[in-house]
Amino acid sequence: MLRTEEFTLNMGPQHPATHGVFRLILHLDGETIVKAEPVLGYLHRGIEKLAESRTYTQVIPYTDRLDYLAAMLNNLGYVQAVEKMIGVEVPERAEYIRVIVSEMSRIASHCIATGAYALDLGGFTGFMYPFREREKLMDMFEMICGSRMTFSYIRVGGVAADLPEEFYPAIKKFLQEFPSCVDEYDGLITGNEIFQARTKGIGILPAEKAVKYSLSGPVLRGSGVKYDLRKARPYGIYDRFDFEVPVGKNGDCFDRYYCRILEMRQSHRIIKQALEQLQELPEGPVMAKVPKVLKPPKGDVYHEIEGAKGILGYYVVSDGTVNPYRVHVRRPSFINLDLIDEMCRGWKIADVVAILGSIDIVLGEVDC
Amino acid sequence: MENLFVNTAGSIRNIMENSGLSPLLSDAVLVMFKLLAILVFVLINALWLVYMERKIAGYIQCRYGPNRVGPKGLLQTTADIGKLISKEIIIPRGADKILFLLSPALIFAPPLMVFMVVPFGENMAAVELNIGVFYFLAVASLSTVIFWMAGWASNNKYSLLGGMRVVAQMISYELPMVLAILGVVMITGTLNMSEIIRAQENTWFIFTQPVAFLIYFIAGVAECNRAPFDLAEGESEIVAGPFTEYSGMGFAMFFLAEYANMVLVSFMAATLFLGGWLAPFGLTFIPGWIWMLLKVYVLIFLFMWLRWTYPRIRVDQLMGFGWKVLVPLSLANIFVTGVAIKVLDMIGW
Repeated sequence: MLRTEEFTLNMGPQHPATHGVFRLILHLDGETIVKAEPVLGYLHRGIEKLAESRTYTQVIPYTDRLDYLAAMLNNLGYVQAVEKMIGVEVPERAEYIRVIVSEMSRIASHCIATGAYALDLGGFTGFMYPFREREKLMDMFEMICGSRMTFSYIRVGGVAADLPEEFYPAIKKFLQEFPSCVDEYDGLITGNEIFQARTKGIGILPAEKAVKYSLSGPVLRGSGVKYDLRKARPYGIYDRFDFEVPVGKNGDCFDRYYCRILEMRQSHRIIKQALEQLQELPEGPVMAKVPKVLKPPKGDVYHEIEGAKGILGYYVVSDGTVNPYRVHVRRPSFINLDLIDEMCRGWKIADVVAILGSIDIVLGEVDC
Repeated sequence: MENLFVNTAGSIRNIMENSGLSPLLSDAVLVMFKLLAILVFVLINALWLVYMERKIAGYIQCRYGPNRVGPKGLLQTTADIGKLISKEIIIPRGADKILFLLSPALIFAPPLMVFMVVPFGENMAAVELNIGVFYFLAVASLSTVIFWMAGWASNNKYSLLGGMRVVAQMISYELPMVLAILGVVMITGTLNMSEIIRAQENTWFIFTQPVAFLIYFIAGVAECNRAPFDLAEGESEIVAGPFTEYSGMGFAMFFLAEYANMVLVSFMAATLFLGGWLAPFGLTFIPGWIWMLLKVYVLIFLFMWLRWTYPRIRVDQLMGFGWKVLVPLSLANIFVTGVAIKVLDMIGW
């Protein structure tokens, strides 16, 4: 018998496929994973702590830096939590705009997830096509609020400004093109034989386990659990739209990936409906009357929304002053990473990349 | 035009013999000339192919590709190589210095050696070797050793994994490749490449040996370490495999050798299956060597198309595909070919 040894491979924090500064210590037997230890915190900026010394409004830009790929959704979660505290009625028009921009943000985030996943599996062209659509979305965000990544557009009481004139033709053109673009991803990535061989049956996550570890988002739905906060506990005006919650069956990498593709189509549906309803609304304010300096009453509030990566929750505690006493964020990427060790065991190095990519983490959110 | 290069070689020889050199010496000088020509051809081809690849990738990905350096970006690769030459060569601490420096120096040797026997056109092989195909198979697989050397010498875990993958991949794909070529050799009864081409006067072997061509092409992609079989590099898994620690020209040598290998595999495919320099449809007014190059470039385009469309296959799937699909298929091909030859022989066709 040959004497064999376990081989330790340090993957990251500088590695092309860890989606940022994520680090995994892999214990290998040949190329097979015996154990995977995630090491976090390379991008920790102490956002939760920083929030304590800022006023409630000043916290909004920090939320942009959590999941910077879907910043609108982060804005929305925090702002709705604060609104819940001070009890403000948001104008109808602002609600619709919020839905439109947050669904756009969701598509933008899923575009990255899809493209980066193709890249992780070695298909460079699959990376470029979703980015083309993301680019269009970024251009539209730039029209709306002047920024392409960190928006701070959704404010307590409404949104920063009404949608500009040039936005409407742009979004209409986008809505018209987008379904065929998703068909393109399906043709280039989803339908590819090698892609399916690389993802089907890999990194299976059973539904009970996913629920037990409170995973959420496409990772949970990929395992077949039909749970989407937009449907289960609608916040804002989500109950006014007609859409479906796509679920997977086997809970493997392919299902998680494909859930995102289907979600993009559903988001497209929501935007379309929201835009139609918005255009029927009369002109009006997009901001409620809120005081310049917010002083919520003593107490705490927890609000969660369906983010692009999963359930994004904000727990805000007020001590009656202008600064929040404590802000805690339930970061879906971080919680979805819980099972990475278990999911990776027994698979190959190449599968680790596939599994990690299918969880779709963003390090700004994991490390907070 | 048809005999442009053959005549040039002839006139060089005449000049030398007229100036009083012995035939043996002039032979030797001529071989040197041929070698130089091959070297220039291979290097220029590599430079041009990098540009072509980037342009094709650009069009596949709805972007322009290089378009700033020189007219239509044609000098992009030259500029890149110029930059890489000027870079410091970093030797990692703990690396095996001799092997580390030796492998990029040697990586160009196997393809260059094989180009010696490649018939670029009629009578245009540098050396007419009567075991040409065998020589190709024997020498081309030497590059495995060099990749492994690079992977081992770097003293880096990613490099080591990459090196191991190269060896595993080459062993599993060399076999179906040899077996696929065997079908052609059985028909022609010769290992001389020029004679194999001449045997395709009536029908190209791609029509009589379609399965062999397919197997050869797939194994060829794997031989060149190109997507979807670019496991050795696998940049999203093992960073850059054996090349992880290489900088500057060392890295560029591996990079260019990949293209040299690709040209080589395409030349072999054109020779064995696509009738080499033979003109299809009687279009003989175009010289044979242009036909050869055309066929090679069509194949190279296929290589590039594949690379920019497919994701990477996993290492165990690759081995499974090699041993469970390609090897049995090529064996079946040999069996069918053998039976067909025997039957046709018996009915005296």
